[in-house]
Amino acid sequence: MGRYIIRRLIQAIPVLLGATLLIYAIVFALPGDPIAALAGEKRVNPNVVAVLREQYHLNDPFLVQYWHYLTGLFGGDFGTTFAGVPVTDIMAGKFQVTVNLAVTALVMEAVIGVGLGLYAALRHGRAQDSMVLAATLVLISIPVLVTGFVLQLLLGVRLRQAGIDLFPVAGVAEGWRSYLLPGFVLAGTSIAYLTRLTRNSLAEILRTDYIRTAVAKGLSRRRVVGRHALRNALIPLVTYLGADLGVLMGGAVITETIFNLPGIGQQLFSSVYLREQSVVVGIVTVLVLIYILANLVVDLLYAVLDPRIRYE
Amino acid sequence: MSDTLAPAAKQVRRGRRGKHGRPGRLRRGRVPRAPRSSRAASLWTDAWYDLRRRPLFIASAVLIGVLLTMALFPSLFTSVNPYDATTCQLAQARQGVSGAHWFGTDNLGCDVYARTVHGARNSIVVGLTATVVTALVGGLLGLLAGFTGGGLDTVLSRITEIFFAIPSILGALLILAVFRTGNVWTVILALSVLAWPMTYRIMRAAVITAKSQDYVVAARALGASAPRIMFRHILPNAVASVIVVATINLGGFIAAEAGLSFLGVGLRSPDISWGLMISDARERFLEAPGPLLFPALFLSLTVLAFIMLGDAVRDALDPKLR
Repeated sequence: MGRYIIRRLIQAIPVLLGATLLIYAIVFALPGDPIAALAGEKRVNPNVVAVLREQYHLNDPFLVQYWHYLTGLFGGDFGTTFAGVPVTDIMAGKFQVTVNLAVTALVMEAVIGVGLGLYAALRHGRAQDSMVLAATLVLISIPVLVTGFVLQLLLGVRLRQAGIDLFPVAGVAEGWRSYLLPGFVLAGTSIAYLTRLTRNSLAEILRTDYIRTAVAKGLSRRRVVGRHALRNALIPLVTYLGADLGVLMGGAVITETIFNLPGIGQQLFSSVYLREQSVVVGIVTVLVLIYILANLVVDLLYAVLDPRIRYE
Repeated sequence: MSDTLAPAAKQVRRGRRGKHGRPGRLRRGRVPRAPRSSRAASLWTDAWYDLRRRPLFIASAVLIGVLLTMALFPSLFTSVNPYDATTCQLAQARQGVSGAHWFGTDNLGCDVYARTVHGARNSIVVGLTATVVTALVGGLLGLLAGFTGGGLDTVLSRITEIFFAIPSILGALLILAVFRTGNVWTVILALSVLAWPMTYRIMRAAVITAKSQDYVVAARALGASAPRIMFRHILPNAVASVIVVATINLGGFIAAEAGLSFLGVGLRSPDISWGLMISDARERFLEAPGPLLFPALFLSLTVLAFIMLGDAVRDALDPKLR
């Protein structure tokens, strides 16, 4: 088990290196000069510019710059912005917002998706099943852009006007309630996919011999579905949820813009225009790390869910 | 089963020509499928027979037909040319639905209906082109890597792992920020660069499965050349899964284009895009929701049409997933 984890982490190194190199190269290719962007319209003393360029290695060739960044990164140093603020300070607050949003979305996805999927699987082939399937098709098809604005209008504004103040319209001022509506919007498509996955995987398992045996033994329906069927259906669901955490965090930028949440998407957006490479690469590096770790945790969970799977 | 699938490339042509389905076939779900013995019943003719009878497919085909007509000949639907700025009248901004303006007018007094109709072209061009590019690039690389294995396979597979780790919307945002101007082609480029690894992976897996089948061994024993085995024997049997994923992705590309244009890095004014219209209508959304909701409705219907098509194609081509 320990050796398996170490091997997986070593395998992740080339992915991390490749991803940071790629992002670093894209930011390097961005038009404009970062020092000029820093000063805005004002004219800057050429001596100051020269010192800053030297300090941030901007005169070095691309690969040398990347090497400076990388050596800092492996020492746990994400660098500073051109204004001298440590990138970790900027990222901490922004990631807090995006993590809150993504986790809210993930919880909603798991609860609603598995719940609906279970409901449909137990009524496989009947009208309720078809209705759930049709609902997932619609949910998959409506882009976040549309669900975001429509729900903001209906639940955030119209409901409030009607005197029911449940969902804040935008911003993060109202604690966890601020994340309910954006969380649902972000989770929309994933809820639909997870519902279908749960339904298909459960419907297949409910037809197997051991389920028939369990029913024949006289076990209660709750025990058959809960202990025998659902547990065996969990593996694809856990895989999907694990992979989705990274997707939700990376895909949150549109939701963050609609609901005005100060998360990493918005930070990345402004940093791209200021050519703050340390911030941009830092954010993507953390996202890649989250993706790698989430996949590792999922693989380790397999052994918990199915004792037949073992790691040397 | 596999040996009857081998000459599928020929039967694609046949399947399109032949109008008759398999004789005596009962409705889906009543009886298990009969073994495919005659040459006429290839995967493709079977799939086409299946598709024509699916309400999901018919609905999506009708919807896509209307959308394609709208993209090709927008003047059939509206006489107003929204690219001509003189058709907008600021004095008539944010009017409601009326006989003169079916969908009302936007913040600049432009006709929302005309703009929505003309927006179909960009969405569909982005969706179709990005789909074709990713299917070709990912498919060809996947075919090569899966067939040859070895060093090429290792290198390409490591590269795709890197792309999978990068969140796609943020990646597209970065790529588009490199270009000073955003247009249909930069959006297609950004989406394709990030999406080809998915078709690559699917094609590679399908090719590796097909490679060890008996008919490939037989073709090799008969002395067929590597390109011939790849394109005549393996490709026709591996391409189904790529087509399925490509069709499903199409809707996703259209949604992504709208999202990127909404964020300001995709298409830019004076280009017309549903995402751009949503972005423009955003500030006055609460008092005048029309200019935002109508393009949003069209966007959703378009994505829905292509996703329904993808679902129907998958069900027809991959009976196991039913």
